[in-house]
Amino acid sequence: MASITIRGVKKNYAKTQVVHGVDLDFASGEFVVILGPSGCGKSTLLRMIAGLEEISEGTIAIDNTVVNKLEPRERGCAMVFQNYALYPHMSVAQNIGYSLKVAGVAAAERTQRIQAVARVLELEHLLDRKPMALSGGQRQRVAMGRAMIREPKVFLFDEPLSNLDAKLRVQMRSEIRKLHRRLSATSVFVTHDQVEAMTLADRLVVMNGGRVEQVGTPAEVYSRPASRFVATFVGAPAMNMLEGTVTLDGLSLLGDSRKLNVSRTGLPVGSKIAVGIRPEAVRMVAPGTPGALAATVDLIEELGAGRVIYVDLDGAPFSVVTSEIVHPEPGSTVGLQFAESDLHFFSSESGARLDVFKASVPEPAPAIL
Amino acid sequence: MVERTPILNFFTHLILFVGFVFCVAPFVIVAIAASHNLKDVNDVPMSMLPGSDFWINIKTAWTTADLGPKLLNSFIMAFGVAAGKVIVSALTAFSIVYFRYPGRMLIFWLIFITLMLPLEVRIVPTYAVVANVLEPYQTIMDLTGLSWLIEKISGVQVSLSLGLLNSYSGLILPLVATATGTFLYRQFFLTVPDELTEAARMDGAGALRFFVDILLPLSRNNMAALGTIMFLWAWNQYLWPLLITTDQSHAMAVTELKQLIPNVGGAPEWHIAMAGTLIVMLPPLIVVVLMQRWFVRGLIATEK
Ligand SMILES: Nc1ncnc2c1ncn2[C@@H]1O[C@H](COP(=O)(O)OP(=O)(O)OP(=O)(O)O)[C@@H](O)[C@H]1O
Ligand SMILES: [Mg+2]
Repeated sequence: MASITIRGVKKNYAKTQVVHGVDLDFASGEFVVILGPSGCGKSTLLRMIAGLEEISEGTIAIDNTVVNKLEPRERGCAMVFQNYALYPHMSVAQNIGYSLKVAGVAAAERTQRIQAVARVLELEHLLDRKPMALSGGQRQRVAMGRAMIREPKVFLFDEPLSNLDAKLRVQMRSEIRKLHRRLSATSVFVTHDQVEAMTLADRLVVMNGGRVEQVGTPAEVYSRPASRFVATFVGAPAMNMLEGTVTLDGLSLLGDSRKLNVSRTGLPVGSKIAVGIRPEAVRMVAPGTPGALAATVDLIEELGAGRVIYVDLDGAPFSVVTSEIVHPEPGSTVGLQFAESDLHFFSSESGARLDVFKASVPEPAPAIL
Repeated sequence: MVERTPILNFFTHLILFVGFVFCVAPFVIVAIAASHNLKDVNDVPMSMLPGSDFWINIKTAWTTADLGPKLLNSFIMAFGVAAGKVIVSALTAFSIVYFRYPGRMLIFWLIFITLMLPLEVRIVPTYAVVANVLEPYQTIMDLTGLSWLIEKISGVQVSLSLGLLNSYSGLILPLVATATGTFLYRQFFLTVPDELTEAARMDGAGALRFFVDILLPLSRNNMAALGTIMFLWAWNQYLWPLLITTDQSHAMAVTELKQLIPNVGGAPEWHIAMAGTLIVMLPPLIVVVLMQRWFVRGLIATEK
């Protein structure tokens, strides 16, 4: 177990900077998931922790020891790679035991530890096979075993499940979770799959464009996204975003065509903001219901347990998730209703969350549109 | 697109067969010629039915050209070149692909240039170097005045000399120093996924450990291929051995074959020459047959 402290870490490749100064603290034994779109620098950050990539600027400390100049093997980290990276010419047992062999552990002890790891991962009957004779899930487990056997202080995962089919992914997800509970080593898990991130994380780090956008528990990130990017990136279907302008008595939306009577914002009149509302927080009501917003139905997506209804709000796309059994005809008009407390506000310029409303609203009143 | 119709099958096999005949015919003629006696072999046209003197001719060729020690010499040289190539190329390619150091590209291009300068092109300077390996250093010391200085101070005249003529090292080393193998390995190393390298680093393996434990086992098939090709190439070398082995005890089998070729005015003993050729051809043939099983295994058991 070890804590990880990241301070002002930057990464430059030749002239381009891909990580622009990251500060993070991971507590000992924590399961942290780094979530972000492709190319945002998640892997780069992880590889800097592992020691596979040089740190251009800033420091990374494991257990309060700065590791910038240490070789991977001296950092006490183990890594599980996306493509497993098993040694093709070695058997499963040799793959798992290779780090011990390099470390000069005696053969007898090695065999014993390989057996122990194989038992946990249910690989005992496969120990003599070569990696190419294994299924994807089995390879994945071998890769985990290879990381586990060293009893590392830190586990690093770089999208280890993205090559598996959907069912296996769910299964491996819970196995990783179980394993973490059992070993309670600090784990950093990189993914661009938000379901994976939500289900695995003690704490979630959302990255975008080489910067950290938000750090928090999955629930926090979902319910109080720190920026417009996080709001639209976390949650599926994505949060609805409507452009608006602050007026004297509230907000006007969608190029003045709709007015939103919310409490006074305290923002200068005329400021541009974005208003977000989760599809799950919208209620569909009969058209013409007082205070409801009229919209035209575009498309219905059946999910089994619920359905996503895509509507058109004066040209702006908008989605509603409902578990009620409703099947409005495409082209028909429906009414939409939501509570002011479910609204999120973001600055149009910086994308940062604006919390001015929360302070000034004593109790949630239905928003009149 | 693979089509299978009886007619197409027949024609493809016919083409294969014609090709086979073209390739094998010269060898068959050599073998038949080697089985005739002096009179039959000089008949025009030569009879295509095998004669009965095969073993006698083989024995005569063997003793006349003293092939026993020559074959051993050839084997030592060819094996030395093949082994040297396999080892040196693997190491240089490893250095070029896996390490970042100043001058890496310069070294890469220097090696590349040797591809365009085969031994035959640089044979005179190479000969000079082999005649006295230390000659370049002597020249440098003379030019810089170093040898003059040493002579003045210690009274000893500096004269470095280490000749490799008529030695196995002289035969083998210049043939090892070319780039073909390096490129073969380089191409292979470039296909080894980076993640494998990184996994080995995470497992604590240093550079040499990674090379020995991971890269070399993975390049087994490469080594077998390169080793075989280089063995054949070295075995068939003519010019270089001819040039530097003035001493009979270091002569090669291939160069000694000319001893069997009838001189002008001598008896036209082509049957003996052909028998000698067959003997000299045999070791490479055995190597190919043995190593071919390796290639095939490498092809069937697709790694990854
Ligand atoms: N060797 C390199 N040279 C230059 N740029 C690089 C190099 N490696 C990565 N990058 C750039 O750095 C950025 C971050 O890469 P990184 O691999 O960390 O992305 P990622 O968040 O892991 O994405 P993905 O989800 O696709 O794996 C990318 O824009 C990429 O183009
Ligand atoms: Mg990545």
